[in-house]
Amino acid sequence: MTTIQLATYGVYLVGAVTFILALKFLASPKTARTGNLLGAGGMILVVAWTIGTTEGLLDNWWVLVVGGLIGTVIGVIGARRVPMTAMPQMVAIFNGAGGGAAAVVALSEFLTATSGPVIGSDLLPAIPMIATLLGAVIGSVSLTGSVIAFGKLQGFVASRPVTFPGSRIVAAVLLATLLLLAVALAFFTNDVTLFLVFVALALVAGVLIVMPIGGADMPVVISLLNSYTGIAVAATGFVLGNYALLIAGTLVGASGAILTQLMCRAMNRSLLNVLFGAFGTGGGVAVAGAAGEQNVRTINAEDAAVLMAYGKSVIIVPGYGMAVAQAQTPVRELMDLLIARGVDVQFAIHPVAGRMPGHMNVLLAEANVPYERLKEMDEINDDFANADVALVIGANDVTNPSARTDTTSPIYGMPILNVDKAHNVIVLKRSMASGFAGIDNPLYGEPQTAMLFGDAKATVQALVAGVKAA
Amino acid sequence: MTEALDPQALVDALFILVLTAFVGYEVVSKVPTMLHTPLMSGANAVHGVVVVGAIIVTATADSPLQLALGLVGVILGTVNVVGGFVVTDRMLEMFRSRPDKGDNKAEDGKGPGA
Repeated sequence: MTTIQLATYGVYLVGAVTFILALKFLASPKTARTGNLLGAGGMILVVAWTIGTTEGLLDNWWVLVVGGLIGTVIGVIGARRVPMTAMPQMVAIFNGAGGGAAAVVALSEFLTATSGPVIGSDLLPAIPMIATLLGAVIGSVSLTGSVIAFGKLQGFVASRPVTFPGSRIVAAVLLATLLLLAVALAFFTNDVTLFLVFVALALVAGVLIVMPIGGADMPVVISLLNSYTGIAVAATGFVLGNYALLIAGTLVGASGAILTQLMCRAMNRSLLNVLFGAFGTGGGVAVAGAAGEQNVRTINAEDAAVLMAYGKSVIIVPGYGMAVAQAQTPVRELMDLLIARGVDVQFAIHPVAGRMPGHMNVLLAEANVPYERLKEMDEINDDFANADVALVIGANDVTNPSARTDTTSPIYGMPILNVDKAHNVIVLKRSMASGFAGIDNPLYGEPQTAMLFGDAKATVQALVAGVKAA
Repeated sequence: MTEALDPQALVDALFILVLTAFVGYEVVSKVPTMLHTPLMSGANAVHGVVVVGAIIVTATADSPLQLALGLVGVILGTVNVVGGFVVTDRMLEMFRSRPDKGDNKAEDGKGPGA
């Protein structure tokens, strides 16, 4: 082993440690930013060292310059320009890019490997080829799956679960074909065309996996695809014998899998149910249609403001509607005014409020709401019974009491915020349209509930004016 | 590239893989919900290390096709790694502690309103 090779292992070890610390530091709001910068620093070190020491780059240096420039411009502009509400999609598209890169690296590796002799049916020499195939298939699935997830959240792909007659059979045939091709490519042939067919089918599989999943479940899907990309990167690292790729990929693969599981648990569903349950197309149909028949009470902003201003405690329940309307800043103003009057104000954050766990936290933090006021579901659920007002801003399914009682409801069993236990419930909503799960919310028909219709931002601004006048 | 063909190297890689998976599991199971989005985004940036793979592939490219693949790989990998870290930093910018906040979470509703 040359000194440079030895030093490369040292650099990769430092890189691996920074990646682990980055994830660890992200566990606390105080250290999270440091963690991210540490990870970025380790990344720069690893990439710079690789560029500096890899032989053969002198002839192809322009690829790095051109590719690096294009990639940096897209990455920086994308990351800087995206509105906070579109964060989940952005993560999805960056993740898709990583998956695509892994697939491309795997393809290139395949081309290199096939310039040698056919491997034969021994298992040991076939292992790198199996890893190559894994990298290609998982990376491809992650690429197209992420693009569809992006499309569903961005609104250019139907966010409802999309299925077609016989889609299960098509999926089963596709999976079987992929397996057959994998076995053939691992042991019996190194035909490039066959490999390209394999990759093409994997790209189709990514689309077919995500299309039948509703937009409300996209956070889980993005997290899962993030984990997939990690595994694909680990697989290519395995083939290249590159420990930086192997360790970073495995770290993300494992942590992404756990995160996915945590999200599913928050919704009291299994991952299988998310992937194949076609949420909202089963039992949801039975209850849909009752919306117009519900008797609801409405309230105007002035009355709602008085109710809060003279209450002792107010719990604000933000949801995706707040994000869409960009109402977080007026919400913070409302909080400040109420606190100045001695009202206890807390925010109840459901684990899946918004489009991603932590989505609401990010938005409210952006508006300077101290994170000490943001309470997780288990922490605050008992407090609703003592709250004078629960102010629901654009949240729906996470407040739906039928999750507790109605066994026919598609969200039955999902832990919800006990909003209906508050003395008064004020629901800010654009219309009586149902939530992402496409089901009705009996909360709106409860006697303690009053609806305040309108755009969330304008309504909250009216509430702010109301509290000032009260 | 032949490194991984050596049985010893395969075994080493397998050990690293399994042990790292446990590290990933342990590190993430302690993250509070509010940081899940930044965490996902941060992890997303970390697998942007795939750009290193694209660089290595570019170095060994001996056909125009492989060179083109290297270029696509470098572009996609750079988007992943640069965009990933920048967007995560942007999210985390918002989690700065307020100067008037102490360490204890027990603060009740009568505190200063930031």
